[in-house]
Amino acid sequence: MADNKFAAYICSGCGIGDKLDVGTLEKIAKKEGKIQDVKTHPFLCSAEGVQLINDDIEKEGVTHVCIAACSRRAKTEAFHFPTAVMSRANLREGVLWVIAEGEAHDEVRQEMADDYVRMACAELKKMKLPDGNPNHGGNKRILVVGGGMSGMTSALEAAEAGYEVVIVEKQAQLGGWGAKLWKRVPFKAPYADPQNTGVAELVSLVSSHPRITVYLGSHLAETAGAPGRFNIKIAQESGAVSEEAVGAIVQATGFTSYDIAKLPELGGGKANVTDQAGLEALAQSANGAAIKRADGKEIKSVVFLQCAGQRDETGAHLPYCSGHCCATSIKQAMYFKDNNPDINTVVMYQDLRVPGMGEDFYRSAQNKGVTFTKGRATGVESTGATCTVNFRDLILDEDTSVSADLVVLATGQVPSAGVDLEAWNPVVMAADNGSEDAKQKKAEMQKISILNLNYRQGPDMPQFKYGFADSHFICFPYETRRTGIYAAGPVRRPMDMLQATEDATGAALKAIQAVENASLGRAAHPRSGDLSFPTARLEGCTQCKRCTVECPFGAIDEDERRFPKFNEERCRRCGTCMGACPVRVISFENYSVDTVGAQIKSVDMPDEFSEKPRILILACENDAYPALDMAGLSRTVYSAFVRIIPVRCLGSVNTIWITDALNAGYDGVMMMGCKKGDDYQCHFVKGSELAHYRMSKIGDTLSQLGLEPERVVTHEVAITDNARVAQYINDYVAQINEIGMSPMKGFV
Amino acid sequence: MSNQNQQAVARYQNNFLKEVEDRVEDGDWVKMCMQCGVCAGSCPLGDAWEHTPQKIFMMIRAGKREEVLKSDAMWMCTSCYNCIVRCPRKLPITHIMHGLANYAHRMNLAPQRQPTRVIAKIFWDNLVKTGRVNELKFSLAMYFKDGFSQGIKNAMAMQSAGLGLMKAKRLNPFEIFGGHKCKDSSGIKKMIAKAREIEDRKKGYTPL
Ligand code: SF4
Ligand code: SF4
Ligand code: SF4
Ligand code: SF4
Repeated sequence: MADNKFAAYICSGCGIGDKLDVGTLEKIAKKEGKIQDVKTHPFLCSAEGVQLINDDIEKEGVTHVCIAACSRRAKTEAFHFPTAVMSRANLREGVLWVIAEGEAHDEVRQEMADDYVRMACAELKKMKLPDGNPNHGGNKRILVVGGGMSGMTSALEAAEAGYEVVIVEKQAQLGGWGAKLWKRVPFKAPYADPQNTGVAELVSLVSSHPRITVYLGSHLAETAGAPGRFNIKIAQESGAVSEEAVGAIVQATGFTSYDIAKLPELGGGKANVTDQAGLEALAQSANGAAIKRADGKEIKSVVFLQCAGQRDETGAHLPYCSGHCCATSIKQAMYFKDNNPDINTVVMYQDLRVPGMGEDFYRSAQNKGVTFTKGRATGVESTGATCTVNFRDLILDEDTSVSADLVVLATGQVPSAGVDLEAWNPVVMAADNGSEDAKQKKAEMQKISILNLNYRQGPDMPQFKYGFADSHFICFPYETRRTGIYAAGPVRRPMDMLQATEDATGAALKAIQAVENASLGRAAHPRSGDLSFPTARLEGCTQCKRCTVECPFGAIDEDERRFPKFNEERCRRCGTCMGACPVRVISFENYSVDTVGAQIKSVDMPDEFSEKPRILILACENDAYPALDMAGLSRTVYSAFVRIIPVRCLGSVNTIWITDALNAGYDGVMMMGCKKGDDYQCHFVKGSELAHYRMSKIGDTLSQLGLEPERVVTHEVAITDNARVAQYINDYVAQINEIGMSPMKGFV
Repeated sequence: MSNQNQQAVARYQNNFLKEVEDRVEDGDWVKMCMQCGVCAGSCPLGDAWEHTPQKIFMMIRAGKREEVLKSDAMWMCTSCYNCIVRCPRKLPITHIMHGLANYAHRMNLAPQRQPTRVIAKIFWDNLVKTGRVNELKFSLAMYFKDGFSQGIKNAMAMQSAGLGLMKAKRLNPFEIFGGHKCKDSSGIKKMIAKAREIEDRKKGYTPL
């Protein structure tokens, strides 16, 4: 600590000096915060104010800076001192703007500000300057798995941005599904006619690009390493295995079409009943002339049956909507109408779903005379010469039928996402225990793996509902729980070609962000650029494995001695491991059990008879803390009895903080984190869920302390909940007032 | 079945949608309906109809010619224009309803005693005679549309209103003998005949 020099800067601008006694704040920073150098400035974020701080850092050797001004989320460009450690006391959004006006509130307002200064000083004392992950790799090449529309787009985007790309494609040629289409649904105004796919052009651009290497007829035999230093083995059809080193991976492995043989009730498998892919093949071979049936016969009437084996409620087929097939059938009906308007084309739908500009395309088809019938097919018969579709007309409410020379089933997309880890893990466990059966099954499963990751967590990324590849689908769609590996296109959710290309572009950008961050030893999204990383004091570790299991990103392996081994490049710096560790040996340089613990303990605790309860709020800094700031921006008033500490993720909350707070005499603890569950919004996927789970177990601790269960509560808060957070706070303060002050006050 | 109707059936085979597109006012809009049901939900008479506009359009597309043209549905439309204002596909629904009613009448399939049809017919016949509506004759025709004895009853019921109108010089009983004409009533007749001829030619009706 010899070289550390602490300084605090209090801003009296933005009305802080008018409403608060800055002199008292200075005294507190000096006396209680033990900060050597305390200065007040009337306009701290001005060039002059920032210069003052910079001069102190450069000339006076200040290493630790406490800024008591606005929220840590405001003025981040002005208050940016990469060589110093910084803590911030939120006086503006956190006190001035949320505490009721008027003299009656002067006292509590000042007490709140005093505490925030105490907390920022205490935190600062425990912080160290993070210096980045020293073991990082620096490979900036990008691997794209899959050479279809999504894969090629990702590859081209990354290559055009200057990055080297390796494509691995299973088939003997590039193009994927796109290459099998005659035309595509239009993606340009006026959205009236089918357009050329552009796949051939894309294939030639990719194949001839100087920065793109293409492996055809190949698959990944192994993927090892971490962002910035992946080593991959590529098995080719010839049996040769090539090795490549890459920094990030885009998985664009697409889908297969649902097997129509599973739909005998809709004529699947019968003559002149085909799926959309089958019709594309007929159209390709007609090459612009009239489309003929497989038996060479002329087609005078076609019926398209939408949602074939999709949106199925019986459990027999796909339960979801593939999203593209309505527009695809419209396009295919146009293949016929554009060639000969007299061909009778019927699209039979239950709900016509045409996202994007598809509505214009639908209207264009109606103009061209395509008939749209709202009906549910009950059976399809085929004599070989002609087909009959029996259906329930859902508007006229009657059973009827229509005959057609050809019936096209709009079947759905089945993702090619590799091994389902939930099925994999039990098999591996059984195999490890010596079961021969399981060993065989494991080998079988390994064959369908796409990435063949050698991670402890299994060979592919986790899967979602219905077997789609992982995706943080609400907030960051390309992000997966495997850092540096991004999913793009229909492998992660059903989608059309336009959405797939947008997806692929996004994923390419994410991959670029990942390799750039990795090469500097920094965290990937969502703490992009963070230099801190977790370390464990192994002497204290009891090998309980909680961190290894609870890390949402599978960043922790076990070393030979069964201690946790962090793969820093895979780590997202969420702190979930820190929250999980029962013996509290995991910490970051600038975020630890101590940095938060010290803040909790630094608060001045009024006695039992003061009628001034103290409530600790641990707020997720991704959504809840911004919502609290927004409450300030909109001048929403809340109680001055709360003390708010931002945390990286609710997952990082270690229960010791709760126990410490209750022991210290806080009357309640409130946690605010992101939405959990299937439609989670937690930036770290599992953090908020884990926190809720851990808190559900805190009842024992509370009863040991003789405290009511209501003394600890958890809320889900979205970034837009600025009005709601204030309500939560005020309601909770009222509730605590009812329960009464904590009996723990005054014991410490 | 009228001649006109037989000719139409022969001409359009089973393609009723095409027939509507060719021959019914604004009929080429029918294919653009997306079956959202907004019109059905907006029509103040929706419940009173045999079929809502949404259904009528679906029936046309399903080729239900007789059912549509014999229905009294489109005769119920009061031209409130609620549906037109709300239709997301901008179909001129009200106009199509009137077009369909008119077409059903031309095909002589419209329900004979449908009140709207009856009043429209009486009005039209009255108007074309002199080029002006003879209100006295029109009222009497309306009273007697359901037979002689019902007509007498209707007239008796309206007696005091009639006398009042006479006192106020709003009703001239001598109008019963011919009454006012417009200046060139034969010219009007010619004009109407010409208009009909043009329509028939355009829509391909057999000349009457
Ligand atoms: S896009 Fe259309 S056809 Fe495909 S599943 Fe959805 S509703 Fe059914
Ligand atoms: S839990 Fe979070 S901080 Fe800990 S290793 Fe995993 S990703 Fe990193
Ligand atoms: S205009 Fe006619 S069809 Fe349309 S809502 Fe009014 S009454 Fe109904
Ligand atoms: S509102 Fe328009 S589009 Fe909707 S059902 Fe009626 S006519 Fe069709």
